[in-house]
Amino acid sequence: MAAIGGTTRREVLRAGVAGAAAAALAAPAVHGQAAGGRLTVGFWDHWVPTGNDAMRQIVNEWAQRNRVDVQLEFITSVGNKLLLTIAAEAQARRGHDILAFSTWLIHDHHRLLEPVDDVMGRLIGAYGPVNPASEYLAKVEGRWHGIPATSGSQYKGSAARIDLMKQHAGIDVQAMYPAETRLGPGADQWNWETFLRAADACNKAGFPFALPAGTFSDATDWIGALFRCYGAEMVDARGNITIRNNDKLRQALEYSVRLFQHIPNEMFAADDATNNRALIAGRSALIFNPPSAWAVAKRDAPQVAEQTWHFPSPKGPAGHFVPHLPFFWGIWSFAQNKPAAKALLEHLSQRDQVAKMVAASDGYDIPPFATLTDLDTWATVGPPRGTVFNYPVKPHHNAEPNIAYAPAPPEIAVQMYQQGIQAKMIARLVQNREPMDRVLAWAEREVEGFKRG
Amino acid sequence: MADGNVLAAPAPAPAAVAPARPGALRRLARRRSTLAFVLTVPLLTVIGGLVVWPFFYAIYLSMLNKRMTRFVGLDNFAFLLSRETFQLVIMQSVIFAVGAVVAKALIGFILAHVLHALPAKGQRKWRGMLLVPWVIPPAISTLAWWWLFDPSYSAINWMLMGIGAPPVAWLGEPGWARFAVILVNVWYGAPFFMIMYLAALKSVPDQLYEAAAIDGATGWQKLRYVTVPMMKNIIAITVLFSLIVTFANFDIVRILTNGGPQDRTHIFGTYAFQVGIQSGDIPLGAAVSLFMFPVLALLAVFVLRDVTRRSREMAG
Repeated sequence: MAAIGGTTRREVLRAGVAGAAAAALAAPAVHGQAAGGRLTVGFWDHWVPTGNDAMRQIVNEWAQRNRVDVQLEFITSVGNKLLLTIAAEAQARRGHDILAFSTWLIHDHHRLLEPVDDVMGRLIGAYGPVNPASEYLAKVEGRWHGIPATSGSQYKGSAARIDLMKQHAGIDVQAMYPAETRLGPGADQWNWETFLRAADACNKAGFPFALPAGTFSDATDWIGALFRCYGAEMVDARGNITIRNNDKLRQALEYSVRLFQHIPNEMFAADDATNNRALIAGRSALIFNPPSAWAVAKRDAPQVAEQTWHFPSPKGPAGHFVPHLPFFWGIWSFAQNKPAAKALLEHLSQRDQVAKMVAASDGYDIPPFATLTDLDTWATVGPPRGTVFNYPVKPHHNAEPNIAYAPAPPEIAVQMYQQGIQAKMIARLVQNREPMDRVLAWAEREVEGFKRG
Repeated sequence: MADGNVLAAPAPAPAAVAPARPGALRRLARRRSTLAFVLTVPLLTVIGGLVVWPFFYAIYLSMLNKRMTRFVGLDNFAFLLSRETFQLVIMQSVIFAVGAVVAKALIGFILAHVLHALPAKGQRKWRGMLLVPWVIPPAISTLAWWWLFDPSYSAINWMLMGIGAPPVAWLGEPGWARFAVILVNVWYGAPFFMIMYLAALKSVPDQLYEAAAIDGATGWQKLRYVTVPMMKNIIAITVLFSLIVTFANFDIVRILTNGGPQDRTHIFGTYAFQVGIQSGDIPLGAAVSLFMFPVLALLAVFVLRDVTRRSREMAG
């Protein structure tokens, strides 16, 4: 009997009997062909239009093969619709069987999410460990409550102009991170000090780095990685506040003040599109972003796209951490057809399906397993060919995907993340010129408030 | 057919046959108040489902702990009051609402007088044009403003640079950002005041102005002793209504600044969303959104009591 991602068809059918019986009470229109039951799915509405088509095709094939009546819906994250849908279904205790959950939502709703240790056990057995950021976000008290998704997961490494970086900063980004599984000359020197010198040079040339410092996720993610590179934890893994007398935190903040001398003041109010626009308009030499800005430039400003190269963000004294924003798939505990839901999600996490999603999204989507970062798409997409080869964190980068504010307990970290505490600390130092001690005291008071249960 | 009972009146019975006494249910159905109640049931259902129930549910939520497993009374409110950021939110909400409402009322008042003074023929055209900001959904018009405030690509900064002035980070500097969100709210809301005041102006009897003119009143005196007293009720109701709506604003701040920079433009609505939905603390978010309710409810009671008193005086 053919196994569907580790779950046999018979298991799905057996589960379908229960699912169909339950569903029949509310929805008697279950057809004879749907012997595997009915499954309602709400996936993230992909930025890349072809992303949805690929997903629909994969799901339809699976549904037909397993005789499951799948109701598939793509829910946009624009206007926080996906976020609000999740909040509403959690309150109502009814809704889809499967939903896509953004960064922190697995932790927020883990009490209402079906544990998926069995599925994750088989996936990890087949593909190796999940990246630490995804594990931190999806594993609660030792149990997996969400499956790290390929669709929608992204890195926010450097997306830089090849010509401008070479001309003004003297850095050949293509040579430094070639489209091969090796590091080029200068990669060992790609640290935050080198980055600062490049920011200064490009700013003086009229092409400042567009680094947002507001409360949107693009800002929070790169600043989080910067702080982690300096070892500047604000709350440790046990929940202790580590702001006072923290030399590493001071070091990260002092560095940030120096860096922001070369970043436009307007970036303190930037949203997640400001940096994209700056790159596409040819006004910035570097942003931290997935290849979405490049994809738009390919359509609207091909001369910019042809000169754009993706590679990891810089390293720091405490390590090399690259901003990562993973998506997850979760199954509600009140779902009607849990076995079929698990089988579908396991199927979607297989190498063949991952390859289809990555190809459909021009390399935007990122699988959670390092062993799946060798897909052809990243080597062939262009122009320039290989521009996204180094977009996923690959083993030879010796870097680690990072979610801002980790390793703080997620219930505290999510509040620091949403309030953009690190960015606000920088803004207070740079815009208000407040003394460091006052800023640290303010941050400590804020974080103390986040610890309430 | 003014009497609703006529509709339900039985056909006249033959004289020889005594009319049957209608049952209690039929009598109830015949009463006008019953008909009125039946007709308002759909509206009451909507209000009950979308206003009353969520309101009481929000009160219930605001008294739970973060995990929504324990009743904590007013702890969430006490916690909020102790937070520096929330104190900032209270101050900003007051600045935003009071500043915007005063500006909207003043602009609306002036525009209403200007329109009232226009000849009837051209008045309709101007009235239509001035109402446009109020007609466009604010989420869309705010996006247009957001483009206008963009520091790098906006028309406003382009014009500033054209006259040699430096570009302004409209949404990046705390002071300018506060100004920007209030400006957009005023732009959107002033036409509402204008149309309400215009309606009030049109209802002031001309004889009062004629009498004032005979008494030798100046234009300022006519405004002060005739126009304003006659408009007091509509001014009070409009200001109250607008104050409530402005305190509950969400979309303008959310789109323009998301509460930034440095939380300097957060108001109750945006902060409640950030705390409750984005950070997963629904009870605390509910507490933020309910914070102004007692103050506004009290204000509404006093203002509406004054309005009723004045209406009685005028009727008497």
